[in-house]
Amino acid sequence: MSMRRVAVVGAGMTKFVRRSQETGRELSWEAVSKALESCEMSLDQMDCVVMGSAPDAFDGVHMKAEWLSDGAGAWGKPYMRGYVGGGTGVFAPAQGWYHIASGLFDTCLVVCEERMSPTQPHPQAAFNSIFDNFTERALGPNLLWIFALEMNAYMNRYGLKKEDIALVSVKNKRNAADHPASLLGDPNITVQDVLNSEVLAWPVQRLDVSPITDGAVALVLAAEPVARRVTPKPVWIEGVGWCLDTAYWTNRDLSYPTYVEEAARMAYKMAGIKEPRKEIHIAEPYDPFDYKELHHLEGLMLFGKGQAPEATARGVTQRTGDLPVCPSGGLLGVGNPIAAAGLMKIAELFWQLRGEAGKRQVPGDPRRGVAQAWGDLMQVGTVVVMGK
Amino acid sequence: MEHLVYPSKGLSEQAFEKREVLFETWHVKAEYAWDTGVAIGKYLAELKEGRIVGRRCFKCKRVMVPPRMFCEHCFRPTDEWAYVQDIGTVKTFSLCYVRWDMVRLTEPEIPAVIDLDGASRGMGIMHKLGAVDSRAVKIGMRVQAVWKPPAERTGSITDIAYFKPL
Repeated sequence: MSMRRVAVVGAGMTKFVRRSQETGRELSWEAVSKALESCEMSLDQMDCVVMGSAPDAFDGVHMKAEWLSDGAGAWGKPYMRGYVGGGTGVFAPAQGWYHIASGLFDTCLVVCEERMSPTQPHPQAAFNSIFDNFTERALGPNLLWIFALEMNAYMNRYGLKKEDIALVSVKNKRNAADHPASLLGDPNITVQDVLNSEVLAWPVQRLDVSPITDGAVALVLAAEPVARRVTPKPVWIEGVGWCLDTAYWTNRDLSYPTYVEEAARMAYKMAGIKEPRKEIHIAEPYDPFDYKELHHLEGLMLFGKGQAPEATARGVTQRTGDLPVCPSGGLLGVGNPIAAAGLMKIAELFWQLRGEAGKRQVPGDPRRGVAQAWGDLMQVGTVVVMGK
Repeated sequence: MEHLVYPSKGLSEQAFEKREVLFETWHVKAEYAWDTGVAIGKYLAELKEGRIVGRRCFKCKRVMVPPRMFCEHCFRPTDEWAYVQDIGTVKTFSLCYVRWDMVRLTEPEIPAVIDLDGASRGMGIMHKLGAVDSRAVKIGMRVQAVWKPPAERTGSITDIAYFKPL
């Protein structure tokens, strides 16, 4: 298979806020303008545009990618939307990658936008129809149920305590205090704060969960010859992978994300990675809930099954640890505008691998990172490996 | 990278709730009616009779609940109906103190995934637990369906009112 090398050459984003004054179109424009500014390129130089945005139900606009397209710079260009629920933000750059790797285009603008705030009285309403219309909806479920059920299954399988998992929330919210776009950064938060927060759906408490957020992120992707002209520091997309598990979610092993492992195997194979724990220097796994970071680190084969909590307790995943995890602050800290949150992770790897992450910079000249997102009916894994 | 973060404006809850900014509202009115299909139609009809039915695949030998007319593993038609017990094991559960609109509940709802006896291992269904002290619920607990009286059943998953400890 002959594929061209593709690099990320520019990135920009909006602030992540609870309720933006800007519309989705305006947020898209803000992120795109910053991404183009970062690499001193113009919209005319973008051959095509990929938009990632999660459910139409959040915005209350049918086919919202078309509605957002002008803000995304897509007018008069080849344009497509990718949508795999929460996995969208790491799927969109994979789509941008194959637009270019295939030889079809030399450049691609990848934009992810999400506004959760319009949904009333609460964005959970947009998820009521995720449950099976015949066998589940009549029970009156809400979205928190499935996460609580999964978290409890994970805790029970490995005998974990809430304290073991709260460490993730504390780490990420502290990391986010150094992110200029963050909504919930807090340099002083403690495990006790998490344990004392309101119980929503035990074992899930308020501070185990990422916040409702509005925001947008954009990247500029380019084929190797263009990338080398644009920047002395291109960050290569070395591998992409994605995988979907069964929609019969109650028939799955809820304590292990097999679909993430499958997606990671695809991406690692493409990147030539044989020992992920040794060859990957930074990880940005999807962390909408604190237990999900642990779950996903295991699915990404960076730690053995059930071993991510112990590594977290030893400080391995701190920004200064042996394998920094979510140095950005993640969804728990920076915020969770669904699709944009996933693409924020790719932007973080871009800045970290270029040494431009400022106060968040991971020491030791990291050369390779992995980002991952998760979504649909908690069944999709999307993975991108990046290196310099 | 600070200069690459656009200074987007966040609105306060107060600005929104006190209408200090303009906004438009819209209420979705969407109604649907679904025929229940072959497998789930039979599943619901059997629930009305106080029984739980699955489907067996002769190739992978699985008994699947909820039933399906094709096996997603073997990608071939399933072969026969297979009744399973209304007794099972709690695989995981939650104590949920909020509704979908985030209104708080004084008594928690207890959603659970329950593996039914007679179905293949891991073939759980989602339902709720009842008639139990929420502090006493444990993973691995044995539970049994509490059926609504026959006259009140409609051919719905709620024909099982809840599962209670055995």
